[in-house]
Amino acid sequence: MKDAAAIVGIGETPFAKRLEPSETDLAVEAISKALDDAGVEASDVDGLASYTMESTSEVEIAKRIGAGDITFFSQVGYGGGAGPATVGQLAMAIAAGQCRVGVAWRSRKRGSGGRPWANAGPDLSMAAQWTRPSGLLRPVDEIALLARRYQFEFGATRDHFANVALAVRGMANRNPRAMMYEKTLSREEYMAARWISEPLCLFDNCLESDGALACVLVAADRARDTRRAPVYVHAFAQGLPRQSHAMLNYWCDDPLEGPSHVCAKQLYRNSDFQPADIGVAQLYDAFTPLVPLSLEGYGFCGRGEGAAFTEDGALELGGRLPINTSGGGLSEAYVHGFNLVNEGVRQLRGTSTSPVAGAESCLVTGGEGVPTSAMILRKA
Amino acid sequence: MSAVNPLLPPIVPEAAPFWEGALAGELRLQRCADSGRLLFPPRSLSPWGEHRPPEWVTLSGRGSVWSFVRPHPPLLPYFAGRAPYTVVLVALEEDERVRLVGGFEGEPAIGLAVRVAFAPSENGIALPRWLPA
Repeated sequence: MKDAAAIVGIGETPFAKRLEPSETDLAVEAISKALDDAGVEASDVDGLASYTMESTSEVEIAKRIGAGDITFFSQVGYGGGAGPATVGQLAMAIAAGQCRVGVAWRSRKRGSGGRPWANAGPDLSMAAQWTRPSGLLRPVDEIALLARRYQFEFGATRDHFANVALAVRGMANRNPRAMMYEKTLSREEYMAARWISEPLCLFDNCLESDGALACVLVAADRARDTRRAPVYVHAFAQGLPRQSHAMLNYWCDDPLEGPSHVCAKQLYRNSDFQPADIGVAQLYDAFTPLVPLSLEGYGFCGRGEGAAFTEDGALELGGRLPINTSGGGLSEAYVHGFNLVNEGVRQLRGTSTSPVAGAESCLVTGGEGVPTSAMILRKA
Repeated sequence: MSAVNPLLPPIVPEAAPFWEGALAGELRLQRCADSGRLLFPPRSLSPWGEHRPPEWVTLSGRGSVWSFVRPHPPLLPYFAGRAPYTVVLVALEEDERVRLVGGFEGEPAIGLAVRVAFAPSENGIALPRWLPA
């Protein structure tokens, strides 16, 4: 499937703590903008992909955008692990001839719609029955447990987590679409922030956002005739390691070697770009410690070296590996990582507000700590 | 402060011996009959060997703290009323790859030797808690 399909359109709503339209209306707005960006008619759409956690159905979306007959539709599970897989599965479907014009989207009112963990009852039928009753309630508690161990084993400090938060905030401060566009963040403010789950503070957590995003894919030969420079889906992979549990990955042999390791192995097997060739990345950042873990998983450094990698401005614009150049989930908006997809496209189109000079490829990842996915996008 | 933990787990058949052991003050876990490896969380068939039903064994209830967290609000009201509290993940003495979550009283540290001490029963459920050994 290498370079067989390309992203030719992206679209998104504004991002805010509260948006009035429904998730369905937000999705339609984002998809319509993406189709317009691509110069593709809605009636040409015959493939759809989103998250299992998405509340808008294929039936409603196809009906409301005026899609044609749909011949491929897919939903990917595990929340933040799904983002790149929605695009990658469409690219595979296009490469296999199962559809010709694919739309991937995510619409979510996580800012105004309440916190999923506050309705924890149903989840107790699964692995969470062994953790939530004891007070490990929220995703941040589950990741904080890994973060503390990571600090202990490898000498990571709060300064390293702050390096991530500050680098990504700097990106948002250049992006007028970002919720944190006008709010700078200093290391002193980070260190003084209230705890959410020790050792993680407020600024180690992503935003709570309302918003929707979408992108449009077509086959490579058709992509050459569209309005925008195509961005190719060069490589794609998913990863669900043996004996792993989503968010509660405590019962595998080594919880600090998460799903990204499995995903990366498959990703690079099919990629002309290896870690040393990649100059910009959009790394899933629901929580800051996921970034050093992902830097290790995706091969930018060795095991236990992810924290030290963040030093000396490495993740900032002009650094060794600028990440999350629109502000990511920490500072642009948290829409289950789909904003990382669209920013990967902008980066290779040259329209990012934090452009990385000479970038030929961009890594986009889903969440570490859950069954995940990743893709390498390539410039036309 | 609400009195009863709103997140008491449902007792599913494949985990029932764990909760029966908890009420008796014992840590009981599954072991694969073929490989002899401890298995957690419980399931009806072992993922290893001939995929037979695992056997239940009583363990020492000893281990060491693998990691710990201190949650702060926003939390569900029952937990917010107790915050900040400590939750530990304990690597078991018999197999350190098997790790159990539980409450903890006192000053936690990674590597601290601990022993299980189940909490008093609420609605027939005794949750695992850990104390310095």
